[in-house]
Amino acid sequence: MKITLITSILLAGILTNNMVLSKFLGICPFLGVSTKVKTALSMSIAVTLVMVISSAVTWPINYYILKQEYNYLQTIVFILVIAAIVQLIEIFLKKYIPPIYKALGIYLPLITTNCAVLGITLLNVQNEYGFVPSLVNALAAGLGFMLAMVLFAGVRERLETADIPVFLKGLPITLIAAALVSLSFLGFAGIGG
Amino acid sequence: MNKNLKHLTNGIITENPTLRLVLGTCPTLAVTTAALNGVGMGIAATLVLVCSNAAISLLRNVIPDKVRIPAFITIIAGFVSVVQMLVKAFTPSIDKALGIYLPLIVVNCIILARAEMFASKNPVVPSILDGLGMGIGFTCTLTLMGMIREFFGNGTIFNLAITKGHIAPMIIFLLPPGGFFVFGVLVAASNALAKKNGKPVVENLGCENCPSKAVCDKANGCQQENGGNK
Repeated sequence: MKITLITSILLAGILTNNMVLSKFLGICPFLGVSTKVKTALSMSIAVTLVMVISSAVTWPINYYILKQEYNYLQTIVFILVIAAIVQLIEIFLKKYIPPIYKALGIYLPLITTNCAVLGITLLNVQNEYGFVPSLVNALAAGLGFMLAMVLFAGVRERLETADIPVFLKGLPITLIAAALVSLSFLGFAGIGG
Repeated sequence: MNKNLKHLTNGIITENPTLRLVLGTCPTLAVTTAALNGVGMGIAATLVLVCSNAAISLLRNVIPDKVRIPAFITIIAGFVSVVQMLVKAFTPSIDKALGIYLPLIVVNCIILARAEMFASKNPVVPSILDGLGMGIGFTCTLTLMGMIREFFGNGTIFNLAITKGHIAPMIIFLLPPGGFFVFGVLVAASNALAKKNGKPVVENLGCENCPSKAVCDKANGCQQENGGNK
């Protein structure tokens, strides 16, 4: 029972309900930082890390403190918790694991205002996931984000050399390319129930 | 007075937040499956934008520079919670349609960008007008996009049947790829119009106007893009 739930959350997060391509969360980094495969990869690792830790912290806060009667405070509490967590992770990595800080540190401030992180904590609450499913959901969403970012970085590297009509140059063609990538992800619909 | 009017109209066309500044793309793509949702999202964001711009402008001399971003986010989150409760109480159907995108107004970069670029440097009245103008511009684009997607995807506009029952709807317009596609075409159209009027063309994501531009530049994301933008 539990394993089927977890597999279905994993499959949904990565393929069928991909955060970027079907939920439109984290579009800014998706379009802004996906020009190179390497930056896309580092950014998505940082996002995954922050999402999993934020889910682990916001779940008990929501379950034990906010409960039903204070759920109007969710938005404000969650965003503050996320902002604090991002700061703490930054400080921690800087002090104890400098090589990782060097690789990912630069992306951390970008993540506070990334709707993907707040979005995933809110989705956990909305779907009434327990603690473990929440973490799995965050991990799956992060992996889905990574898949979309890396795939799209590959597409964009191709676009650089393509001959594009003048009026579509730049952002419009990027969005249309995203539409096609998103279309291909529709093919996964139905997997994992 | 004329100058104040300019603050208001600035956001509607010249600096339209979605099409010219390219900020707040997430809600633009996500909620515009129907025109009415676009209007709802637009009005909710406008309310938050006006209130937060006013509050931040009033507090601009009090908030220390170092903690200004967290302070702005807290103020914005407060107003978002208020709007969330109002929507839930008075228009539950819109609340259902917007789902998690309603609380996600907190991280809508239009609001933080206007707080950082305008409200924290200007007096109250221009800040309110700037917020109102930006909000109206955002609402207009969202409504337009909602109308296009609803028309092609469902054959209706504002739930009024236009081609419904006569032409089979193209459901793809309501699905995520349709969102990306319609937005891409709209940006292309607004670029064509801008070019005709001798205005600069938007070639990349709204990095110039994004509150996290400095970080992105260092991350080599936007820098790369700007390198290609002559």
